[in-house]
Amino acid sequence: MSETTTGAGAPAREPVRAPARDSARDDASPGVPPAAHPVRLTVNGEAHDLAVDPRATLLDTLRERLRLTGAKKGCEHGSCGACTVLVDGRRVVSCLALAVACDGREVTTIEGLAAGGRLHPLQQAFLDADAFQCGYCTPGQIMSGVGLMAEGRARDDASLRDELSGNLCRCGAYPNILAALRRTTGIEPAPDATRGDDRLRAAAGVDEIARDARDGAGQGGA
Amino acid sequence: MQPFAYRKIHDVAAAIAQGAGEPNTVFLAGGTDLVQLLQDGIARPAGIVDISDLPFSSIATTIDGMRIGALAKLADVADHPQVRAHYPALATALGETASPMVRNMATTGGNLLQRTRCLYFRDGVSSCNKREPGSGCGALRGEDARAALFGASEACVATHASDLAVALLALDAEVLVAGPAGERSIPVERLHTLPGDTPWIDSDLEPGELISAIFVPRGAAGWAQAYAKLRHRASFEWPLVSAAVSLAVVDGMIEDARVALGGVAHKPWRAEDVETLLIGRELDPVLAREAGEAATEGARPLAGNAAKIPLLARVVSRALADAGGLP
Amino acid sequence: MTPATTFVGSPVSRVDGPAKVTGAAVYAADFDIPHLAHASIVQARVPAGRIAAIDTRAAEAAPGVLAVMTHETTRRLPWHPRDPRPGVDPKAGERLHVLQDDVVRYDGQPVALVVAQSEEQARAAADLVRVDYAPTAARTRFDVAYARAPSEATAKAGRPGDTSRGDPEGAFAQAPVRVDVPFVQPREQHAAIEPHATIAAWDEDGRLTLWDKSQWVDNVRTEIAHVFGLAEDRIRVISPFVGGAFGSGLRTWPHVTLAALAAERVGRPVRLALTRRQLFTNTGFRPHTESRVRLGAFPDGRLTAILHEATGQTSTYEEYAETTLTPARQLYACPNVATRYRLLDMNVNTPSPMRGPGAATGELFLETAMDELAHALGMNPLELRRANLAKTDPDSGKPWSSNALAACWDQAAARFGWADRPRTDEARRAGRERIGSGMASAFYPAHRAKARARVTLYANGGAMIQAATSDMGPGTYTALSQVAADALGLPLEQVRVEIGDSALPPAPAHGGSITMATLGNAVANACAALRETLGADGEGDLTPALRRSGRDSAAAEGASSPGKEAQEYESAAFGAVFAEVRVDPELGTVRVARLVGGYDVGRVVNPKLARSQCIGGMVQGIGMALSEEAVFDRHCGRVMNANLSDYLVPVCADVGALEAFFVESDDRVFNPLGVKGLAEIALCGVAAAIVNAVYDATGLRMREVPVTPERIVTAQAARGR
Ligand SMILES: Cc1cc2nc3c(=O)[nH]c(=O)nc-3n(C[C@H](O)[C@H](O)[C@H](O)COP(=O)(O)OP(=O)(O)OC[C@H]3O[C@@H](n4cnc5c(N)ncnc54)[C@H](O)[C@@H]3O)c2cc1C
Ligand code: SF4
Ligand code: FES
Ligand code: FES
Repeated sequence: MSETTTGAGAPAREPVRAPARDSARDDASPGVPPAAHPVRLTVNGEAHDLAVDPRATLLDTLRERLRLTGAKKGCEHGSCGACTVLVDGRRVVSCLALAVACDGREVTTIEGLAAGGRLHPLQQAFLDADAFQCGYCTPGQIMSGVGLMAEGRARDDASLRDELSGNLCRCGAYPNILAALRRTTGIEPAPDATRGDDRLRAAAGVDEIARDARDGAGQGGA
Repeated sequence: MQPFAYRKIHDVAAAIAQGAGEPNTVFLAGGTDLVQLLQDGIARPAGIVDISDLPFSSIATTIDGMRIGALAKLADVADHPQVRAHYPALATALGETASPMVRNMATTGGNLLQRTRCLYFRDGVSSCNKREPGSGCGALRGEDARAALFGASEACVATHASDLAVALLALDAEVLVAGPAGERSIPVERLHTLPGDTPWIDSDLEPGELISAIFVPRGAAGWAQAYAKLRHRASFEWPLVSAAVSLAVVDGMIEDARVALGGVAHKPWRAEDVETLLIGRELDPVLAREAGEAATEGARPLAGNAAKIPLLARVVSRALADAGGLP
Repeated sequence: MTPATTFVGSPVSRVDGPAKVTGAAVYAADFDIPHLAHASIVQARVPAGRIAAIDTRAAEAAPGVLAVMTHETTRRLPWHPRDPRPGVDPKAGERLHVLQDDVVRYDGQPVALVVAQSEEQARAAADLVRVDYAPTAARTRFDVAYARAPSEATAKAGRPGDTSRGDPEGAFAQAPVRVDVPFVQPREQHAAIEPHATIAAWDEDGRLTLWDKSQWVDNVRTEIAHVFGLAEDRIRVISPFVGGAFGSGLRTWPHVTLAALAAERVGRPVRLALTRRQLFTNTGFRPHTESRVRLGAFPDGRLTAILHEATGQTSTYEEYAETTLTPARQLYACPNVATRYRLLDMNVNTPSPMRGPGAATGELFLETAMDELAHALGMNPLELRRANLAKTDPDSGKPWSSNALAACWDQAAARFGWADRPRTDEARRAGRERIGSGMASAFYPAHRAKARARVTLYANGGAMIQAATSDMGPGTYTALSQVAADALGLPLEQVRVEIGDSALPPAPAHGGSITMATLGNAVANACAALRETLGADGEGDLTPALRRSGRDSAAAEGASSPGKEAQEYESAAFGAVFAEVRVDPELGTVRVARLVGGYDVGRVVNPKLARSQCIGGMVQGIGMALSEEAVFDRHCGRVMNANLSDYLVPVCADVGALEAFFVESDDRVFNPLGVKGLAEIALCGVAAAIVNAVYDATGLRMREVPVTPERIVTAQAARGR
């Protein structure tokens, strides 16, 4: 049941990527009607002057025009948080923002988080805590986490849960997402009134994650 | 989403003129409700006037109360130290509204004018007199679990979904309005309308009228307050039923009271009978329960929403207990 | 020399993690394909009838529109039957031939498609298509009176209408202790956060490439080949990342055909991304199922009779059936067992497997009934389970290839603290809340399928693993890397895994928890074959052997398929779930404070990822128990809450402390790698444990999920509070 072939070249280590993009149409979205509006968006520090269909959401503009597909579309109604980005430093759902209305704003997306190839501490914590499975909600979760820290809302454990509740994760990674946030913010898990701390800590994966980090196992493959 | 003409306006008078002068023009504030309605073809405006740059976003304490700009973001109002200190019912209601992202975008004016969450209205295609006058009311004989208990009509049994409006009603707040005919103020109680034969009308505002601010009188500041919200998820959901209470308690005696109910009518619902029942008595668990029962007086359930009646009673009792520091 | 199991069994981080935390992972709708046009579906607005007239003029005249396709203007496709049908398709009925006729079979069915330059334009124009219907009678009410037995084809596929062993009715009639428990589980939606999307592109030679959200790229290729009458090698399906699917990506749904048709029509690549609302009716769902469980037992707890009846909904055009009643036949030792499964044809789209299909539903019914039985017996629910441990498969009499259910019960109970759970009213009181504890068993049959995998080793020490499997989140990329790294004696970071492409060696569906048991062994075999080819023995780094051979690279394929163990043994994953809830009896709210799950899933390739998968299943179980329900209007036949604000999946604040662990287990009888699979078992039993805990807290028997405040107060009223 084996066949042998020969070939040359070593495999690259990059993640699977989309085919090379057609840079000629960088800015020439095909279907923009005459009523297109000029807007300037500064995205991840870079200014873009675009002519947008007034109907286009910020999310679609980021994804389709600027090819920043890190922000995801899950519902287009503000219900899932997959499209979370920062606008002028605050978390928003980009599916409910019209791009025209964002003229002159500064937008930060997941692509703008890792400075100089170094992961943001929360990105690293997500890796270490395994705070995702399919990864689809992950850019939104991370932007929400970064945003809540920037907005000064990382107060205590209960508030963390609530602050993260606008970002659905159907894979159910919440306990690990919380663990990643706790680690990044230094917030301790809330003690449980009746059942004792230890069990909760274990269940919350806190010790496990600390151990992973200590043993370096968390770095495997990262 | 059908095409529309978009304009951002920086001047109040021009915004009013546009809103009043051009047919089928709507205002855009934070966009969190309007964009949903656009996406689903429920709102089909010819023109959108973006008012988000109008000077309506300040939150200020005045000698007679607080003035909260209509363009103030829900998050900023909920965080405001004066709001937290003097109007805890308001802070709680806003803190439990939507999600952190939505609270960063949504404005107070837009929140009051958000349209119903009735599933038949929101799906954009089902029979719905509010969305398509004369098409019938899908909810009336359909999935009515969230339908109104008070003030509904044969034409429409929808509820108003705002948390903020309920808290404001219990605080005797008013909305300040600027329009073609000048400025006026409307008590929150009279801002929203009942469906009657015209369920497509939600509020008392005339075309071109803008909400500029919400005024919360000082009187309520010293009162014992609470907002209790019941929902299926622990967070990020509109209320199934809710209650805001505000009590002037002197030496253990309730001297004055406001009780407002959410999720039970086409508008935030003032429970005056409950207020009367409370006044002159001392708050204890028995009274809280009695008041809860009284709040359901006159409720007219449909086939599928009767369970909201006991829940309403208990949410009122809970709000009273919270306000009074009862267990 | 590297020991043989450096990586298998260790909690390494996801190898695809960096791509996922930086936004670099590319999902179906993210592919940047030049000259892309966009399509938007027009959905039927009646549950049954014919299209009387369809007016597309306004849509055609709308800006940017390239084409409007209806059944009148779409070419007829061959739609060749598939023989045999793929395991994920219903065994009877016929799949929806989209845009081929004027018949409307359910509300939401695609009746037209608009293609335009931009997505905004396509949607705006779709909104302008006017369709007149001639409605006909529809079944939109779930009424068991109209249920029927499944067809023979369905029965043969493990979903029989009636089964019986021993004398169930007689034994039940004579049983000293009996319970009779009705239960309703509503329609539930997969609700993955990534919507289904397909990009279709034809090249000049008539070859079709599909970038699709799929758990089974080979099946998409084969299905589209049959639909279009093309040779399979003319089609390539690419799906490197899947944003959660939980079963919704197993079948090839009609929108994939639509995307290919649209691309053909406009002569450009076309993307068709379903909206959240469209997902509810253009992909599958877990069917509404109503059940009755009757249990008879002796006073010592031994079961003497299990009679389980269930009716599930299916569509009018396909017979989707589930293995809902398998747990009744296999989970506990009981001599007298009868099951009766019925189907109700309704004007809905066809349901499909959703995480733990059949079992999760069946165990919700069975395990809540077991709790009622325990209370009827005055017995500890855990002891009742212990009294009925099936030492061999009670249905076939075959031995289990492994079964550590007893260890799951014991260890999970110990970790949970079951023995000292609060048992008096006083102890259950916590402020305004009541504490309740409940438990349930979990069971999911384990299977393997046929697969191949290719390994290529390069002289620089890099290795590539390739197979047409998928990773919707459990960690296929990582786990296969671990297996290969061990087998090739390489560091993990030198192994790259390429999956999600039908051009790669064939793989079965990434579903039913079979991926590791199937692919893991294929990868191990491929590596062993390569080792043999290179004349290297034992273990350790294989690169020196390659270099000695003087080649730049060498490749080998390995296969894996079930052996005779599948005939001689029964295999299954087992588990035990314990729940602690807090019920506010005033407001009727239920919060899950803690869940502890102990699982026997065979060998665990990566405990870190496996734990994530289990807590993920628990979170979905919380949704099943407390909030998820597709609201279906029985007059207009429409899903009313087809959005994520009203179809309520759990949020972070709904989730308490979750603990998942694995009991010692290594099933080398089942397969050489020793894994059994764990995606499905992670959902099983969770909802039942929560519902049982609600009873413990309140004394209320909830016999319908989700357990909402409305249902709690209604039950209180029925009891007299
Ligand atoms: C996912 C989600 C969850 C939510 N959950 C909740 C919840 O739990 N509780 C709750 O109360 N709300 C909830 N909301 C509703 C949300 O609070 C409202 O959408 C928001 O407050 C509307 O404000 P906006 O500024 O975005 O309004 P917009 O969407 O911009 O406008 C809404 C309407 O108000 C009009 N309008 C806005 N401002 C003015 C003004 N100053 N004068 C005159 N007209 C004006 C607009 O013309 C439009 O008709 C939720 C929303 C979302 C998206
Ligand atoms: S209740 Fe009102 S909003 Fe809902 S369907 Fe009826 S008319 Fe429409
Ligand atoms: S896509 Fe924006 S919140 Fe879901
Ligand atoms: S990781 Fe899949 S939805 Fe969150």
